[in-house]
Amino acid sequence: MLEIRNLHVEIDGKKILNGLDLVIRPGEVAAIMGPNGSGKSTLSYVIAGKEDYEITEGDILLNGQSILEMEANERAAAGIFLAFQYPLEIPGVATMTFLKAAMNAQRKARGESELSPGDFMKAVRGAAEKLGINPDMLKRPLNVGFSGGEKKRMEILQMSLLDPAYCILDETDSGLDIDALRIVAEGVNALRGAGRGMLVITHYQRLLDHIVPDVVHIMAKGRIVKSGGKELALELEKNGYADYVEAA
Amino acid sequence: MANVLPMRTPAETALIERFKAEQSSLPGAVEARAEAFARFEKSGLPSRRVEAYHYTDLRNLMREAAPAITARPEPRAPEKHHLLIENGVYLGGDAPEGILVLPLAEALREGRVALGAAMGAASDIVVDLNTALCRDGIYVRVDTVVEAPLFIGFAETLGNAASVMPRVVVEVAAGAALTLVELHAGPDGIAYQKNAVVELILGDGAKVEHIRINEGGDKALMLSTLAVKLGAEAELMSLGLVSGGEVSRHQVFVTYAGENAKIDLRGATMIKGRQHADNTLVVDHAVPNGVSRELFRNVIDDEAQGVFQGRIIVRPHAQKTDGQMASNAVLLSDGAGMANKPELEIFADDVVCAHGATSGALDENQLFYLMARGLPRSEAEALLVEAFLGETLDAVSNDGLREVLAERISRWLEARAR
Repeated sequence: MLEIRNLHVEIDGKKILNGLDLVIRPGEVAAIMGPNGSGKSTLSYVIAGKEDYEITEGDILLNGQSILEMEANERAAAGIFLAFQYPLEIPGVATMTFLKAAMNAQRKARGESELSPGDFMKAVRGAAEKLGINPDMLKRPLNVGFSGGEKKRMEILQMSLLDPAYCILDETDSGLDIDALRIVAEGVNALRGAGRGMLVITHYQRLLDHIVPDVVHIMAKGRIVKSGGKELALELEKNGYADYVEAA
Repeated sequence: MANVLPMRTPAETALIERFKAEQSSLPGAVEARAEAFARFEKSGLPSRRVEAYHYTDLRNLMREAAPAITARPEPRAPEKHHLLIENGVYLGGDAPEGILVLPLAEALREGRVALGAAMGAASDIVVDLNTALCRDGIYVRVDTVVEAPLFIGFAETLGNAASVMPRVVVEVAAGAALTLVELHAGPDGIAYQKNAVVELILGDGAKVEHIRINEGGDKALMLSTLAVKLGAEAELMSLGLVSGGEVSRHQVFVTYAGENAKIDLRGATMIKGRQHADNTLVVDHAVPNGVSRELFRNVIDDEAQGVFQGRIIVRPHAQKTDGQMASNAVLLSDGAGMANKPELEIFADDVVCAHGATSGALDENQLFYLMARGLPRSEAEALLVEAFLGETLDAVSNDGLREVLAERISRWLEARAR
C-alpha cells in the first residue's frame, strides 16, 4: 500500500501541498483530477523523491515504511515509478544503454545479479514490440528528437521493463493525439492488475475513457477535496472544477 | 610605455645559461635556434600580462627550470607500429609500411627538415624554447595513404625532476593520409617539465587524424604544441584527451596555406584535485574558403581550473571562411572553475563564423530523471559526463581507437566514483 498522510510541502517558501491524504491499494488504479496549479505535479515529484521540495509535515509510506529519507533511486528500487509529464532528453546516451543501466541498477539495489545481455535484449525487444516501438529508436539517444507520442511510449516501455509496484502517471495524455493516446493507454492497461497500484494524474477526463480508474480523487489547493467512483470524473467533465476550488 | 624588463626569474636565468652551454652541441637548425633563443632572451617566460598567457602565468608557474636529462635511456624492443621517445630521446620503433621515420637529430644535422615550418605567422615563447633547445625527436614523412595508425609514445621514466623538450615533425605529402596517435605518460609525484612540439605539414589534399592523450604525472608541468600547416583541400581532425599533469597547456596553431582546407579540432579534458588545464587555439584563415570546427568539452572536479582560449583570425582576403567554435564545461564541484575566452578577429566581409561557450553544473532535471529510474547519483552523473565528453569522440573514424578513448573516459569516471 502507498499511503500519503497529512502531507505539507513548500517550494521556495510557497505552500503547494496542504495536508494531503491519499491511499493507493495494491492492484488499484486511482485517478487524481484537478485544475492547473492544484499541486498535482508536485505530488508526483515528491513521491518520486525530487529534491527541490521541502516537506514541512506529514509522511509517505510504502507498505508501512516511510520513504521520505530515501533518495529517488532507492525509491525506484523499492518499486515506485514516475512516468514523467515531460520526459527528459539525454543527449549522447543511447536508449539501450540507459535501459540496461536502469534495470541493472535496480537489480543490484535489490541484491539480484545483472541481466545477461541475451535476457536483456529479449526483454526489451518483446516490450518494445508490444508498444509499437521501432527497434531503431532504441539505438538513438534517449528521447532526443522523439515526438511527444514516442516519448510517452518510451515511458511506458520503461515502466513495463522495470516492473514497479506503484506507478504514478503524471499527465500522461498531455501532448498526445488520439491515436497515440490509445496506444499509450493500451500499454498502461496491459500492466494493470497483478497487485500493481497506479496513480493516474490528469487534468482532463478523456484519458480516463481509456484507462478506467477504480477510484477518482479531486484535488484542489494542495489537498484531496472529494473522492468517489469513476462516475466522479464524468460529473467533473460536465460541471468543471469551480465548485471544488471555491470549497477548498 | 617604458621598456623595462622585470627581474629574471631563476628559471629564465637557468634556461639562458643552458642554451649558451649547449648551443654548440645541439643538432642542426643553427639559425632557427639562435632566432628563437633571441626572442626568449628578450621577453622571458610569459606572465599573465601577456594576453595569451593571462590564465596560465608561466613565469609564475615555472619559477625554477628543471635540469636537462643527460643519461641516455636503455633501448627497448618496439611494439608494432609504435615509435618511442623516452625522456626526450628517440629510441626507435616500428612504423606501418609507407612511412619514413628518422631520428630528428639526424634529420636536423643533415638539413632535411626545418624547425617552425608549420608555425606560419604565429609566434610563441614556449615553441621558441623548444626550437632553441630540442635535442631529439622524430621526423616522419608519409607519401601514401596509410590505413594503420602510427603511435608515438612519449614516455618519461624519470627518478627526479627534469626537463624534456622533444620535437616531432610530420610531413604528409599531397594526397597521402595518416592516423597519428600521441601518448604522453610519466611518473606521478615528480615535478618534471615537458615542452613537446609536434609540427604537422599537410600537402594538398592530404588527410590526417591526430589523437593526443595526455596522461602525464600528477606533478608534471605539461606544455605541448601542435602546429599545423594545411595545403589546399587538406583535412585534419585533431582530438586531445587531457587527464594528466598538475599544470597542462596544449596549444594548437593552424595556418591555412591553400584553399578549401578543413580542420576539426576537438578536446576532452577531465581534471580534478588542483589540476590546471589550458587549451589554447589560434586558427589563422590566411586564404579563402577555409572551414574550421572546434569542439572542446571540459569536465572539472574539486578545485581544478580549466582554460579555453580560441582565437579565429580571418584575414582580409579570406572570404567564404566558415568557422564554428564551441567550448563547454561541466563543473562537478563548487570549487571548480573554467575560463572561456573565444575571440573572433574577422577582417573579411563574406564569412560565416560563430562561437559559443557555456559552463555550469550537470542538469539537475536530467539527474533526477535518471535517478528516478534507479541509477544512484554517482552513476547518473557518470552517464551524463560520459555522454558529454563522448560527443568529442564522434570524429574518430577508427573504431578501435574510439573505444580506447571511451575506455579512458570511463576509467577516469570510475576513479572519481571510488
